[in-house]
Amino acid sequence: MSEAFSRPAAGQVPVLRLGNVLPVTLPGDLHDGMAHRLRQDLSEAVVRGGVTGVVIDISGVEIVDSFLGRVLAELAAQAGLPAARTVVAGMRPAVAITLVELGLTLPGLRTAPTTEAALELLGRTAAPPRAGRGREGSP
Amino acid sequence: MDTAAGVEARLPIRSDMDLVWVRQHVRHAAAKLGFSLVDQTKLVTAASELARNTLVHGGGGQMETAQVTTGGNGGLRLTFSDSGPGIPDLDRALSDGYTSGGGLGMGLGGARRLVHDFTVETVPGSGTSVRVTSWVSRPPRLREDV
Repeated sequence: MSEAFSRPAAGQVPVLRLGNVLPVTLPGDLHDGMAHRLRQDLSEAVVRGGVTGVVIDISGVEIVDSFLGRVLAELAAQAGLPAARTVVAGMRPAVAITLVELGLTLPGLRTAPTTEAALELLGRTAAPPRAGRGREGSP
Repeated sequence: MDTAAGVEARLPIRSDMDLVWVRQHVRHAAAKLGFSLVDQTKLVTAASELARNTLVHGGGGQMETAQVTTGGNGGLRLTFSDSGPGIPDLDRALSDGYTSGGGLGMGLGGARRLVHDFTVETVPGSGTSVRVTSWVSRPPRLREDV
């Protein structure tokens, strides 16, 4: 019974790279182990350098409880270290309403209605480091 | 009423994957009973908090769901029980910001705000049972908070 067999790569959230931004789409029902793994993967990707922003799309996420809230806050704090910014995109209205009643304020977390808006926000607020080097096409 | 079939259940809470099943079941049951999307989301969020407490603090346990009715109004009752160490100071555990598990400390108090009825029975050394009920349309009640 290998650990690799019981935990296939399908249970992993892929961290993509789009220019200097890492877009991540959270699945509808993220279990705790996947969240921990994602935190590690993102941190490794940011440490590798050249990342100015992280966009976490949660439009498919049906609930944000205090665990996932903490994961998001930690991802933001972690990505903040090497001058990368984190934007959480696409929070559903029902999720936002519930977060308020739950009492979670998620300080320091930037939000945008869509991933596209999040990319624009990052483009506007973070000075693009050395543009025009063909960064968009290949890493 | 034929809705009880997809509502009544007893689910184990032994791993973080079980939390996923708990959330899915509560979502389906609440949808079946006619909860609005926002009310479904609140109840599923509360269930997630409570199930995680059962797992992390209670050492595992179970959730039972039941359809309840009062005065023609339908509701969903969730009971989370464990045989863990119990909660030594319930008032403190219900206050925001208190945590013994490394979380944000919003779990129990936060879950209480997301449901209509909330009761905790805890016996130090022998376990905790948290029972919450939400109604499809909120019964008239004075809002003391806010």
